[in-house]
Amino acid sequence: MNLYNRRILINRLGIGLSMLAMAFGLLALLWILFTLFSKGFAVLSWDFFTLDTPAPGNEGGGMRNAIVGSLMIIGVTTCVSTPIGILAGIYLAEYGATSKFAAATRFVVDIMLSAPSIAIGLFIYALMVETMGGFSGWAGSVALSLIAIPVVVRTTENMLKLVPPTLREAAFALGAPRWRVSLSVTLRSVKAGVVTGVLLAIARVTGETAPLLFTALNNQFFSTDMSEPMGNLPVVIFQFAMSPYDNWNSLAWGGALLIALLVLAMNIGARLMFRANDKK
Amino acid sequence: MSTNDVELRQDIALQVRNLNFYYGNFKGLKGINLDIERHRVTAFIGPSGCGKSTLLRTFNRMFDLYPGQRAEGEIIFNGKNILDKKQDVNLVRAKIGMVFQKPTPFPMSIYENIAFGVRLYEKLSTPEMNDRVEWALRKAALWDEVKGKLQQSGLSLSGGQQQRLCIARAVAVKPEVVLLDEPTSALDPISTAKVEELIYELKSEYTIAIVTHNMQQAARISDYTAFMYLGDLIEFGATDQMFIKPQQKQTEEYITGRFG
Repeated sequence: MNLYNRRILINRLGIGLSMLAMAFGLLALLWILFTLFSKGFAVLSWDFFTLDTPAPGNEGGGMRNAIVGSLMIIGVTTCVSTPIGILAGIYLAEYGATSKFAAATRFVVDIMLSAPSIAIGLFIYALMVETMGGFSGWAGSVALSLIAIPVVVRTTENMLKLVPPTLREAAFALGAPRWRVSLSVTLRSVKAGVVTGVLLAIARVTGETAPLLFTALNNQFFSTDMSEPMGNLPVVIFQFAMSPYDNWNSLAWGGALLIALLVLAMNIGARLMFRANDKK
Repeated sequence: MSTNDVELRQDIALQVRNLNFYYGNFKGLKGINLDIERHRVTAFIGPSGCGKSTLLRTFNRMFDLYPGQRAEGEIIFNGKNILDKKQDVNLVRAKIGMVFQKPTPFPMSIYENIAFGVRLYEKLSTPEMNDRVEWALRKAALWDEVKGKLQQSGLSLSGGQQQRLCIARAVAVKPEVVLLDEPTSALDPISTAKVEELIYELKSEYTIAIVTHNMQQAARISDYTAFMYLGDLIEFGATDQMFIKPQQKQTEEYITGRFG
């Protein structure tokens, strides 16, 4: 076998193995989606969105309280973690090149990125639930924020580091103060990347269950009071899937499908936005 | 090099005295003395790494952005030493503008690109700002090409147009000195010619210091030329003199293309 044929063979082998690996990964994803659709799609009716979770033994029911609760907890999480995460990211990238404080912050952020979410849940339980007299939506949002903030910090910092130094210099050359350069020029030039980071962080916490078990807990009634225990999709899915009732089980499948679709939509949205901005 | 023309101070925009510059432990500039004359074009030439860009970047203290870089000596501008720690660096930069090698439009509209710098130090009404934007774009010979699309992104322009936008942006804040760091090295010949014409136009109102790798360019557009080599200022004088009869052997060898 001459060298040329050998090279072609190795090339084909390489491509074949990569395709196989890709097919394996894709298969798992499609399988999950397929299972969720086949078991959960039928449940996504009008009732699913307008009725609250049923009491044990009751027929029917929906997920209204859990959906609204999840949206509120995630909404507060977004409002808390976006500004903190972005500002911290700006600090690390634009101000903290040499400071020890920045190096320490970076280290802590890295640890937080890989912290087990159940540990964060327990931490907030000890910090807020124990001391403030009970489970609450606020505690849930704080726990989720602790997971989301490091993601936003990291993406923001990484994106800002990609800004060509000449662009930063050009803004400084006009006599602009540092905060002005950061907000109006560098942050703006990586807007799409930062928004993508925020969306991915939100997508990540949307499906988190463990931190909510110890903080927001659950509420089988409709409630918009963030200082009370609050229904939310992941915990309801967890409880309903483990229950002996058939209608609870199918509601759990519907909820799982809804969460999967939400996360998928956010991921795709983030990607589309990034691409649209890249082309310009 | 003689620096005894002290009586001409009114005509001098920047006086460089005993300037040393360090990148960490490496000495990038060695005892530079130089006067940059007002409303003239001064060109800096020399092989790569000779310190010409480094020198230019001390004039607006751009090196401040990078820890480990520092300058010693004096650069007198309007009676004050730019390098003085107490000197507000942003005020210096508002008076000494800079244009870079690669075009650096900000991620905003053409109009906002110009208005950004103006807003930092002046409060103008909308019509005044409109006038200023038009004025700056006319100065940079860009107005006719962009007047219909001021709200489009500055990034949508061609490379040559982007560079003229950057010149307009630097001119818009009405600086006294404009520093140009190889402003045409990323441009095609036609855009280069336009920028060179522009430099010629601008010198009636601004003092211009330009770093260039292109010796013909230095010969075409500058009144004074400084030749630098390995951090030393080898020769400085009227451009005609430098190119016709250089005093130093190194200068002659460089401009005749024997090294560099």
